[in-house]
Amino acid sequence: MHAETDILFRDSAAQALLDPQLRANFRRAMDGLMAKRKAQFPDPQDLQELRELSTAIRSRSLLNLPTLLEQLETNLTRNGIQVHWAETCEEANQLILGLLQARGAKTLVKGKSMVSEEMHLNAFLEAHGIEALESDLGEYIIQLDDETPSHIIMPAIHKNKDQIARQFSQKIKDAKYSEDVDELTAMARKVLRQKFLDADAGISGVNFAVAETGTLCLVENEGNGRMSTHVPPLHIAVMGLEKVVANLEEVAPLYAILTRSATGQAVSTYFNLITGPRGEGELDGPQEVHLVILDNGRSHIFADPQLQATLRCIRCGACMNHCPVYTRVGGHAYEAVYPGPIGKILTPQMEGVGVRHDLLHGSSLCGACSEVCPVQIPIPDIIVRLRREATHTDATSSVMGKGSGRTSTEDWAWRIWAGVLKRPALYRLATWFATRFGRALPGSAPLLKHWTAHRTKPVPANRSLSERMRAEGGPRV
Amino acid sequence: MKKVYFYGTCLVDLFFPDAGMAGIQLLRQAGLEVVFPEGQTCCGQPAYNCGYWEEARAVARAQVALFPEDLPVILPSGSCAGMMKVHYPELFHGEPDEAQVRAFSGRVYELTQFLVDVLHVQLKDLGAPVKVTWHSSCHAVRDLGLKGEPQSLLGQLANVEVAPLAREYECCGFGGTFSVRQPEISGAMVCDKSADAEATGASVLLSTDGGCLLNVNGALETKQSQLRVQHIAEFLWERTHAR
Repeated sequence: MHAETDILFRDSAAQALLDPQLRANFRRAMDGLMAKRKAQFPDPQDLQELRELSTAIRSRSLLNLPTLLEQLETNLTRNGIQVHWAETCEEANQLILGLLQARGAKTLVKGKSMVSEEMHLNAFLEAHGIEALESDLGEYIIQLDDETPSHIIMPAIHKNKDQIARQFSQKIKDAKYSEDVDELTAMARKVLRQKFLDADAGISGVNFAVAETGTLCLVENEGNGRMSTHVPPLHIAVMGLEKVVANLEEVAPLYAILTRSATGQAVSTYFNLITGPRGEGELDGPQEVHLVILDNGRSHIFADPQLQATLRCIRCGACMNHCPVYTRVGGHAYEAVYPGPIGKILTPQMEGVGVRHDLLHGSSLCGACSEVCPVQIPIPDIIVRLRREATHTDATSSVMGKGSGRTSTEDWAWRIWAGVLKRPALYRLATWFATRFGRALPGSAPLLKHWTAHRTKPVPANRSLSERMRAEGGPRV
Repeated sequence: MKKVYFYGTCLVDLFFPDAGMAGIQLLRQAGLEVVFPEGQTCCGQPAYNCGYWEEARAVARAQVALFPEDLPVILPSGSCAGMMKVHYPELFHGEPDEAQVRAFSGRVYELTQFLVDVLHVQLKDLGAPVKVTWHSSCHAVRDLGLKGEPQSLLGQLANVEVAPLAREYECCGFGGTFSVRQPEISGAMVCDKSADAEATGASVLLSTDGGCLLNVNGALETKQSQLRVQHIAEFLWERTHAR
């Protein structure tokens, strides 16, 4: 039942599993994050009420998405924030390049932004002679090694302290080797301080965009978000079009559940509310603020009533922290911008269900993700739906790449499966053979060999339950 | 005497028939007449999970037809019960027989759920002292919504000590076709699970689900562990019936 496309994730995951250091780093980090989250939600009923409220807010935002986006644009513009729309990553990149080039910007600092990762913005700007320095500590660490984030909240979580100590001593000029976390942070801080002061522009993401007030909310712990958005003369924010909420009242519960779900913090160290450029007579803040609103497949997801739930996501990362697959293989194995359970449903919808069919089958459907999701995205149900989309071409579906993961082998396998199981006489015959000769099947048989790589061969009983019930006219134990 | 239906499930039928027989005995011990309709095969979950919904529906339809009377349908599996109770209504949404299937789904129970929530059974432990550990099946808890019913049954047994399993709620890595589509990840998960189970010092690992048991047992046998696995129905029956 293996489609060609099943191979990608399986291979990279198998590679990752061979790295004991990587597995230990993730296991330790995820265990810690799960415990911290749990400590923030001592009362299951309170948690459930907050989840339901948060789900309702995000669902309502999506229900009114076109109206809210219009209102957001009007109010941002009134506040002096210039709004730009981009359908594709390429358009968004060009827009940002245009803004930077028009102002002669050569260097910029970035606060953390997953949307900019989606756009591969850094590489794009570098190709056009503009240096983009990541200022979030985790992002800074992976940028030094030219890596991508392995987690959406903690991008360098695949590295442990010792690995970072070695990396800093080799890659930061004049840095001495230290395994002390405060000393390591101080080294990065020293580099970044000067960069903030020198930068021609700052780029950030957005956690929530408030339509009623025209406010951009940014949640962070290091102050680098505030520095990136307030020190340089030009601030460009990027966001996916689903990030809008109606008013500030709706932000409070979302913020409360975001930080608790993500890092197990009751509040983050910084919470920035950006409502325009430097005003008349003000002493700080950027002269210009721009917002780029990116679609990149989101309006497509929005069009499907069930799949729309994907866009409720507030990017807390709790699904990956609790995922038994992610915990073992880490974020890079997914070979996608968004790893873990949310990535498994987001990536195939953005890139096509056939192309990333592999990710859809990288799940045991255990449901640990949806159990902790603050906005109750039914991730396993959506995975099953997308597996359906990948192998079928339903007329009513608007899913990108539908049917392109279909193989005749799998088609036949399920046809035969159903042919037997809907006919009791055939099933009876099949189980008769399995109970009599099943143990003779070699462990190296197709499919079975995958099972026996880590386990003994499953041996059917001598007589099936049905057979015993028939023969004995009742149970005998 | 009150009557109930028993649905064996394909894994119990083929690999754990003793667990099926024990489940039936437990229900009889509680004073029920158990009807085991002939012609049962599989709930259809493998095809449903892989997106082959027409095939899953054809198989599911054949099962529903075997349980026409308005009686509870008891399954010795949280995963298959979750499929029939929670996912059948989704699978049959908009189909001509949706109402009939929904009525059927409303009658479905997992065995321990029925013993505790409906029958309120009181068990008397007749066995020797033993230390066991408990593995929660993901679908029993998260799909079907079991709320500790199996553990409460074990708690009624005076001579049974339940040693807590580290990461009790983490998936064992079975996941149906997942175990052969992603053999490396699934293998890593079951190796960790079997190591955690061994670390409890228990002599038996119990669960509601044949899939988990088959998986963990295979990994334990590979490392020639002393720890064995058993379906909770079989364990409960062994300890509570007079020989």
